[in-house]
Amino acid sequence: MARKNECIAMLLAGGQGSRLGILTKKIAKPAVPFGGKYRIIDFPLSNCVNSGIHTVGVLTQYQPLELNDYIGNGEPWDLDRANGGVHILSPYQQIEGTEWYKGTANAIYQNINFIDKYDPEYVAILSGDHIYKMDYADMLAYHKEKNAACTIAMLEVDWEEASRFGLMFVNEDGTISEFEEKPAVPHSNKASMGVYIFTWSKLREYLINDEADPNSSNDFGKNVIPAMHTAGETLVAYPFKGYWRDVGTIDSLWQANMDLISPEAGIDLDDPTWKIYARSPSAPPQYISDRARVRNSLVAEGCEISGDIDCSVLFANVTVEEGAVIRDSIIMPGSVIKKNAVVQYSIVAENSTIGEYARVGSSEQECEKGEWGITVIGENVEIEKEQIVPAKAMIAKEDA
Amino acid sequence: MRAKNVLGIIHAQNYAPQTLAELTSFRTFASVPYGGRYRMIDFPLSNMVNAGITQVGIITESNFQSLVDHVGSGRPWDLARKREGMFILPPYNTSSAIIGHGTKLSSLYSISDFLGKARQEYVLITDTNTIYNIDYKDLFKFHTEKEADITIVYKHGKAPAISDLMMFAIGDDKRINEISVSNGNDAGAETNYSFNIILMRKSLLEYLVRSAIAHNATSFERDVIQANLQTLKVYGYPITGYSAMIDSLKTYYKANIDLLDSENRGLLFDKKKPVDTKICDNVPAKYGLDAKVSNSLIADGCVIEGSVENCILFRDVKIARGAVIKNSILMQGTVVGSNSTLNAVITDKNATITSNKNLSGDASYPIYIAKGATV
Repeated sequence: MARKNECIAMLLAGGQGSRLGILTKKIAKPAVPFGGKYRIIDFPLSNCVNSGIHTVGVLTQYQPLELNDYIGNGEPWDLDRANGGVHILSPYQQIEGTEWYKGTANAIYQNINFIDKYDPEYVAILSGDHIYKMDYADMLAYHKEKNAACTIAMLEVDWEEASRFGLMFVNEDGTISEFEEKPAVPHSNKASMGVYIFTWSKLREYLINDEADPNSSNDFGKNVIPAMHTAGETLVAYPFKGYWRDVGTIDSLWQANMDLISPEAGIDLDDPTWKIYARSPSAPPQYISDRARVRNSLVAEGCEISGDIDCSVLFANVTVEEGAVIRDSIIMPGSVIKKNAVVQYSIVAENSTIGEYARVGSSEQECEKGEWGITVIGENVEIEKEQIVPAKAMIAKEDA
Repeated sequence: MRAKNVLGIIHAQNYAPQTLAELTSFRTFASVPYGGRYRMIDFPLSNMVNAGITQVGIITESNFQSLVDHVGSGRPWDLARKREGMFILPPYNTSSAIIGHGTKLSSLYSISDFLGKARQEYVLITDTNTIYNIDYKDLFKFHTEKEADITIVYKHGKAPAISDLMMFAIGDDKRINEISVSNGNDAGAETNYSFNIILMRKSLLEYLVRSAIAHNATSFERDVIQANLQTLKVYGYPITGYSAMIDSLKTYYKANIDLLDSENRGLLFDKKKPVDTKICDNVPAKYGLDAKVSNSLIADGCVIEGSVENCILFRDVKIARGAVIKNSILMQGTVVGSNSTLNAVITDKNATITSNKNLSGDASYPIYIAKGATV
């Protein structure tokens, strides 16, 4: 048995993220690039390390290759440990046969042995698709103080948006009285952030019961937590204040990237006390030529810029040739924007090429009402010279 | 000759301390920052690893804190190995005497044990005052084809002002026929000068160093190489691509500014032979609403609100609104306040230029602001 850990984390990273369309065609959602040098999963992983959680199980299922490769031995997050560290947990064959992870609860159920090995008092269940900085140690202290079986991180959201979330009704003492899952008309604006801390002995029991129930869909939100609630376990809401975004859609992914540029958005990654770690490429510093104009943007290492960049996020090793214009866009690693091309309100995935004089995406003013949206170019796509790609279009590389 | 059969030895120290004294009074030459995110040692180290060398010893004498911090366990170069990898070789005391380094020759003598234990048949010795990206495999091939005893990489050009600089007369067959050793007074003369990348059999090095020490010799260049020119087959291998040898603040400045030329950059940062360095977890560079940047290299973590032209900015440099920086090299953590103007300035790490200052040097004599200083 491994050394005892008070709290370990299980990171649910198996989701396909189908609402991100072609961006998740070949990679799982947590592996989607974000913010010029990160991937989404860097946020929960860095939060774990910064919170003092040094044992993390990453549950992967959908397109795990790139994600597994990225996490590797965990060294960039200081998670290459003799005791604990990061572990990739994929579904595996057992004596009764092989089963995919049927739901979020089943994914944890199938790894009870992994968790038991560390004999933890508490288990944090995290999801791999949110951008936020959070000290889980504070939440754990709250969980202990309330003597709870389950603590759910909670954020007050705008009422207009509330119906997109799982909502909670919270008593004065912090306990949760009722849940409301994505209602048409919300009666609460207290949303669940998809961050849970359980007392392991309790969760273990409910996971086994849940698995025995053939009618269950083996999901935390739908089955396990309601069952705990019905049985009268103490469920509390941990109030979180700060920046938190679900980046599960093209629009929200684009917006969260743009938030990094505007200081008032509330997320500062340049914070020495709470660094976000990432596996970094080895590239020279970026070069900005005498024909370039770069304002109001984030630019990563290895870029060679001769074009005009405004309000955009450029990942490592992007080339922007002379006369090219990039506005309000996200350009992922290794892509090339050729001479005089115009890219606006777009996401260009890794290693794509935008040909000379091509026009990708357009501004809201240029579009008919209801026609506008973010344009997405998938990875390894070649947009030809002078080609026009309209707003909201999604272009993927055809499979060979 | 297979690369696995070559042991790498890097001299982290400069044995003539007056060279680039500004930058090396508190750090080794190996840990002098260069090119926006590198340290001098990244070049020999990456070149060795790219060629397939698996064991490297770094000889260091003093002030090696920044060096140890930079190379760590050797992981960025994949040299954190259970078997072989990277070794730091500081001076040590014996019961009878301090086996100091002091000179290049005595430092090589002091690592006799390390040399003796290494299983490699050949040894490749380099300094850390040079910048280059060459394929050592071609050098190994050259050495074998010429059946050379010693091969030394050289450059044709104006001799730098470095003491103990070897200058060569080279025949058509690339054999070195004559060596003169300069004390720096030949600076500027057009010549073939040693780039101090030296390849030979390990047993030969051990023998030459031992016998030189036995004869109370002190100079590696004179007493090991020059003195044995007639008895050994010594060949010169011309360096290719972009290269520079740093002998002063002026050449340091020029070697940095050279990177603003895309051809130099392409040669030095060849994607097939990457230059690796310590990973720092900096955010991407951030350009403000009024940022104006032209012909400059910018590293991660910079926040630019002002105007930057013909500059090298290392990691985490902050340029406030209204500041105008031209032809300058600002090292990691430099902060420039609003409305200050800098021209031909080199700032060392964590220097601060407060608001409304005006500093101007010249390419031939750049102004140097010391580490941590506030202007």
